[in-house]
Amino acid sequence: MTIKLGVPSKGRLMEKTFRWFAARGVTLTRTGSEREYAAAVEGIDGLTLVLLSAGEIPRELAAGRIHLGVTGTDLVHEKLARWEHQVAELEPLGFGQADLILAVPKFWVDVDTLDDLDAVAAAFRARHGFRLRIATKYHRLVREFLRDAGVADYALVDSQGATEGTVKNETAEAVADITSTGETLRANHLKLLSDGLILRSQATLWQSRTAKMTPDQRRTLDAVLRRVDLA
Amino acid sequence: MPTRTDTLAEAARLRAAFEDAGAQAVETPILQSADLLLDLYGEDIRARAYVTSDALRGEQMLRPDFTVPVVQMHMSDGAEPARYTYSGEVFRRQEHDEDRANEYIQVGYEVFDGTDPAAADAEVFALFAQLLAPLGLRASTGDIGLLMAAVQGLQTTDRRKAALMRHIWRPRRFRALLDRYSGRTQMSAAREALLAEDDPLGTAPEIGVRSRPEVAARIDALRADATSPPISRTEITALDALLDTRETMPFAIEQISDIAVDLPAIRPALDRIHTRLDALVARGLDVDHLDFEASYGRTQMEYYDGFVFGFYAETRPDLPPVATGGRFDALTRRLGQGAEIPAVGGVMRPGLMLELGR
Repeated sequence: MTIKLGVPSKGRLMEKTFRWFAARGVTLTRTGSEREYAAAVEGIDGLTLVLLSAGEIPRELAAGRIHLGVTGTDLVHEKLARWEHQVAELEPLGFGQADLILAVPKFWVDVDTLDDLDAVAAAFRARHGFRLRIATKYHRLVREFLRDAGVADYALVDSQGATEGTVKNETAEAVADITSTGETLRANHLKLLSDGLILRSQATLWQSRTAKMTPDQRRTLDAVLRRVDLA
Repeated sequence: MPTRTDTLAEAARLRAAFEDAGAQAVETPILQSADLLLDLYGEDIRARAYVTSDALRGEQMLRPDFTVPVVQMHMSDGAEPARYTYSGEVFRRQEHDEDRANEYIQVGYEVFDGTDPAAADAEVFALFAQLLAPLGLRASTGDIGLLMAAVQGLQTTDRRKAALMRHIWRPRRFRALLDRYSGRTQMSAAREALLAEDDPLGTAPEIGVRSRPEVAARIDALRADATSPPISRTEITALDALLDTRETMPFAIEQISDIAVDLPAIRPALDRIHTRLDALVARGLDVDHLDFEASYGRTQMEYYDGFVFGFYAETRPDLPPVATGGRFDALTRRLGQGAEIPAVGGVMRPGLMLELGR
């Protein structure tokens, strides 16, 4: 019986994950044609590679359909309620760094903190008759962050892409999105709130807490973790 | 856990008791307009209520409580005075605690009657106390109106009072505002520099719905606030003492009377508590052993604005309150489209009652 490792199926995240494992003597490769999601593992026995969308890896870990998985902290925290009961964080991999942040238009010189944002939200609602809109795809993380900070009178509007453009397009007044360098924010005339860091995220190796394992699989898992210096 | 059949039978028994007390039994839809609930509670309601949607009506929520639809129903076609009872499922989304039920039966009793609010408060509380008596629960009471009166009476600007009123239900933010307005926390250096600038508006392009004049207006407001004197030490001390008041009713009233020397604006609210005490005594309740906490109901009972109460199983701190209730005059105003009526009521959970009764 093999154990399953879920890895993002494309892009830099996949390549860097492959490199991370290669540096530890485990060779992961995509096989078959360019478009076929088939994969192979060399250098260790009993490990199967499953290529998945990074956004689905949290769910697969939580369901116990894969034993190990690589994906961002942001996705695990957003998609899994009480994530620490469902997955264990084994190791941050040192790439895929991105921060989930709250940003407002740069010309809002009166807004620097969440405290300001809350005050502005009240005034905005009184003046415009609707709640100040924050565009994001990280609904749960943003809502919990704002609740803990005691911010009221805002509305979350869903934005699955080009989120930084929503303010200019007048579909939102502020945004909560992932940024690595802040370049996109600046280009869209937005700025970070000084206490607006919601989550620091990076690609991380996770272990499912729910996946059932036979003694055989347990031995394989131990061997894999030893090989990558995590046991 | 009691079976669903047992719980429904218990709910029917309680509802019948409320009907005997003069209430009319009513039903409300399970699907509620998400817009309305979001308007009332803000985005936080999404963490507590199940949201569903269709392409025609947009977002709907599975009823997280009965009070809002019952108030709506009454405000659109109810005659006064009115007493209502209902029973049925409410749905609560759970994201942090698997042991909390996400669907359970509530039975409620609501009184819309402005002739004698203290008597109506006492009527609801006495009825609940009587139905819950076999379970030996601890009752807590409070009065959000007292805190509101204290804030309204502060010797400070209307803008500060409005900000504090807005956060009465968020104790941490309320505290942060109070610290700022009383000078306990200092303005940041960056903010001070901004307010000192001749032309603070800068040159970044104006984007989005919020306009530059709105930014300028807030800077003016911040400048005005910076020159307003801090809320006095005396008032802050009195407000802190008020928030900390936690006593049996007679001692609480005594303590609050002392505090009213420094916060005279709370006197009418205190008088109302006194009148309520008399009304509770008239109903035969043992007020000498009834708890009063001035901060009670500040964290979760957002639509209450006067009397508040809850019943708890002291031996089972893991359980949520068995019954809660209070006065919600402001909610009738929000939903009444110009009309309003004094209203008070509460809900109990027959499932928990059976579990505790075993």
